[in-house]
Amino acid sequence: MARITELDVNGSREKIDVDAERTLLSVLRDDLDLTGAKYGCGEARCGACVVLMDGRPVPACVTSAGSAAGAKITTVEGLEQDGQLHPLQEAFLEVGAMQCGYCTPGMIMAGVALLRDNPDPDEAEIVRTLEGNLCRCGAYPRIVAAVRRAAGMLRGGGAA
Amino acid sequence: MNEETVEGLSLEPERYELHAEEEQHWEAARREFFGSVRGGIVVVLALDQVPATRASGAGRRGGPGVSLPQEIGVWLHIGEDGRVTGYTGKVEVGQGVRTSLTQAIADELPVPLASVRLVMGDTDLSPFDGGTSGSRTSPVVAPQLRKAAAAAREILLDLAARRAKAERASLFLEDGKVVQRGTGREFPLAELAAGQRLLKAVGDDVPTKPATAWQFADAPVPRVNGRAIVTGGHRYTSDVRRPGMLHGKVLRAPSANARRESLDTGAAGAMPGVALVVEDDFIGAAAPDELTAARAVEAIRVEWEAAGGQPSSREIFDYFKANAGEVPGSRGPTSHTAGSAAEGLSAASRVFEGTYTAAYIAHAPLEPRAAVAEWSGENGDGTLTVWTGTQRPFGVRGELAQAFGVSEDRVRVIVPDTGSGYGGKHTGEAAIEAARLAKGAGKPVKLVWTREEEFTWAYFRPAGVIDVRSGVDADGALTAWEFHNYNAGASGMRTLYDIPNQHVEFHPSRSPLRQGSYRALAATANHFARETHMDEVARAVGMDPLAFRKKHLGDARLRAVLDAAAERFGWGEALRRSPGHGFGIAGGHEKGSYVATCVEAAVDPAGGAVRIVRAVTAFECGAIINPDNLRNQVEGAVIMGIGGALFEGIAFQDGKILNARFSRYRVPRFSDVPVLETVLLDRKDLPSVGAGETPIVAIAPAVGNAVFDAIGVRLRSLPLAPNGAEPEPA
Ligand code: FES
Ligand code: FES
Repeated sequence: MARITELDVNGSREKIDVDAERTLLSVLRDDLDLTGAKYGCGEARCGACVVLMDGRPVPACVTSAGSAAGAKITTVEGLEQDGQLHPLQEAFLEVGAMQCGYCTPGMIMAGVALLRDNPDPDEAEIVRTLEGNLCRCGAYPRIVAAVRRAAGMLRGGGAA
Repeated sequence: MNEETVEGLSLEPERYELHAEEEQHWEAARREFFGSVRGGIVVVLALDQVPATRASGAGRRGGPGVSLPQEIGVWLHIGEDGRVTGYTGKVEVGQGVRTSLTQAIADELPVPLASVRLVMGDTDLSPFDGGTSGSRTSPVVAPQLRKAAAAAREILLDLAARRAKAERASLFLEDGKVVQRGTGREFPLAELAAGQRLLKAVGDDVPTKPATAWQFADAPVPRVNGRAIVTGGHRYTSDVRRPGMLHGKVLRAPSANARRESLDTGAAGAMPGVALVVEDDFIGAAAPDELTAARAVEAIRVEWEAAGGQPSSREIFDYFKANAGEVPGSRGPTSHTAGSAAEGLSAASRVFEGTYTAAYIAHAPLEPRAAVAEWSGENGDGTLTVWTGTQRPFGVRGELAQAFGVSEDRVRVIVPDTGSGYGGKHTGEAAIEAARLAKGAGKPVKLVWTREEEFTWAYFRPAGVIDVRSGVDADGALTAWEFHNYNAGASGMRTLYDIPNQHVEFHPSRSPLRQGSYRALAATANHFARETHMDEVARAVGMDPLAFRKKHLGDARLRAVLDAAAERFGWGEALRRSPGHGFGIAGGHEKGSYVATCVEAAVDPAGGAVRIVRAVTAFECGAIINPDNLRNQVEGAVIMGIGGALFEGIAFQDGKILNARFSRYRVPRFSDVPVLETVLLDRKDLPSVGAGETPIVAIAPAVGNAVFDAIGVRLRSLPLAPNGAEPEPA
């Protein structure tokens, strides 16, 4: 069985020794104790596990550790810079865009990727882009509002 | 150290009279309590009504190491560092109670929010609690914490008065300090609590601030652990990690009630690092990682004999009627009768009949069931600690004690703030399985149910079928109402409409699927049947649906929400109507709160797909504690209700769930959310009741009524417009 011995996560090279067929989600959570990405479905249908791979949002539940090797992986734990939350994290707090919060990390990662592509997405684009992310608590309207607010903060020259 | 009990201080007369025996007990409790929290001030809120069933059964009933009687509501501790900690057996499952309860304490004392902490749902630390359900947390626990906080405030003022050698009346609490009027002298809480070991038991009759004096009442309060959530730092059950922990996997039968014919664990048992656990019907594996555990279970060879004769989702409603009556474990039929429905019907000038159905639906909390179990002591039969997301920590402790034949005081259940429940996490399946695996493996084990397991082996909101018959007189006034509900459940079954002759009855039936609690329970199905039928009769007698309801409505609170929703929606005004669009209204009440929803729905002329364009919900649940959180709860309930209204339904056949995945079971997504407007009616003169459930009940009938308005087709089954499964992921 092929083994993976290193992953580049949140800017640091993490030494591991795992079966390449294991999911990236399991390796992040169980081997690296980065539990921000969550399991929700295991079939790329809920978005709870979204992380960035070379800047692109991917469902870590259907991404193998083998295919993640060599890529730059960013998890929700890696967004905070020098004690500064990412504007989208700030916006989630300000808007109260969560209830149980279990979907929040995946939503934030998908939203961060969207804002990098388009710093000023309208509501329709937010809805389209985040359609793969489920919130069973129904916090959708506030999540949309949080993304809009973060876009405003980013345009206003806030920390990026 | 000041070891006095509070009775020794010159406080106002004790409100809670202790019997000699209890006094001793409290003395012991005080010693024990301070054994674990060290010094400070503790207020115990003792409830005067002790349900007899709770009085026995032993076990630690909460409190750091304290054996107290179970009639404890909450307790509150002011530490020597001035920090305030409230203890409750309730849990946070996304309803925002950690914030609202923290706020209640901070507001009552008052102290800054940041100095208040809540210990929730830990069976070793929290007072006994029957479970977080029925929208009871805010209405019951917030006042209890306020009472404990009010009593603590009195103690602090007494202590400060002593220290300042001043009149109590000259002192007040502000910003975490007692302040003396005039001199401006300050006594921080830490200073007052230092060196104390005070325990005061108070009754349920402590006066607290009136709702009009709540300082947080009109300001949204940020979530107390919000930062941990947005940074991924909050640990849900599935994020808990213990030294040496293994990952578990359970072997499941291919269908419900299947019998095992043969078992061969040879290959699985030979896998390195794998601990196999086979105990009667339980078969599982624990391994250093999930994949290995899953491979081990796959390597187990089992043959199964399927059980025959299990009804499918297609014939379930006939099945319910055929199997209604005495059902083992049910409380039997419940009914309500006024006047004579039969006479009312025979005297009616027109009679209407309708049959309404609701499918089984799944809670599908985004965090599936999970547990981490750890045994300590010799041979794995010492004490058991289980972290699990449940709405009934003490109930699950009981399940665990029973499953392993140990006493409850050797089991501790800790509930991390949980990835929601909606009534679906009352039971301890995952907890027991994880504990079995941990016992067998001799190491802590984490078990996280897969989505398929959650959809298949949890329990569902009951399906049901409801027959309604009504009669109107020549003036279009309802004279008779007959309502027979099979299996859906009795919640919200009675009507608030003034109808002289009524018979309303719930008939329990056999259910082929495991069924249980759900957000608002049967109130959704009952409101769907009632409010759809009301609409049918209104249309038939040529009346506006809102006017028809109000004609039969003396209840001022239901009228108020109907009016508020209608007004915001623009009901009855010349709303511009696009082709294929329609308007619908529905209202109701449950658990002491009132809701009305107006909907604009659009029906796709090609495929018949229904889209909700706009939904206006008016809600009233007494005094509003935290308007922002309330709005969040109402919106969330309405959005969740859209799923059950339009497309959620469990398909099953031969004991198998056919759509046990998010790719087959459609739940609301971003694009399903209409323009949502929420009108909150604040009744400061009424006690607050919970809000997590009732706002879900009106959306489904309002949508169905809007569809009728749009295209003249009456939909009488939930889900209204299941447009099949979503496409598989690309
Ligand atoms: S867990 Fe990966 S998308 Fe649902
Ligand atoms: S906040 Fe609970 S799933 Fe989104």
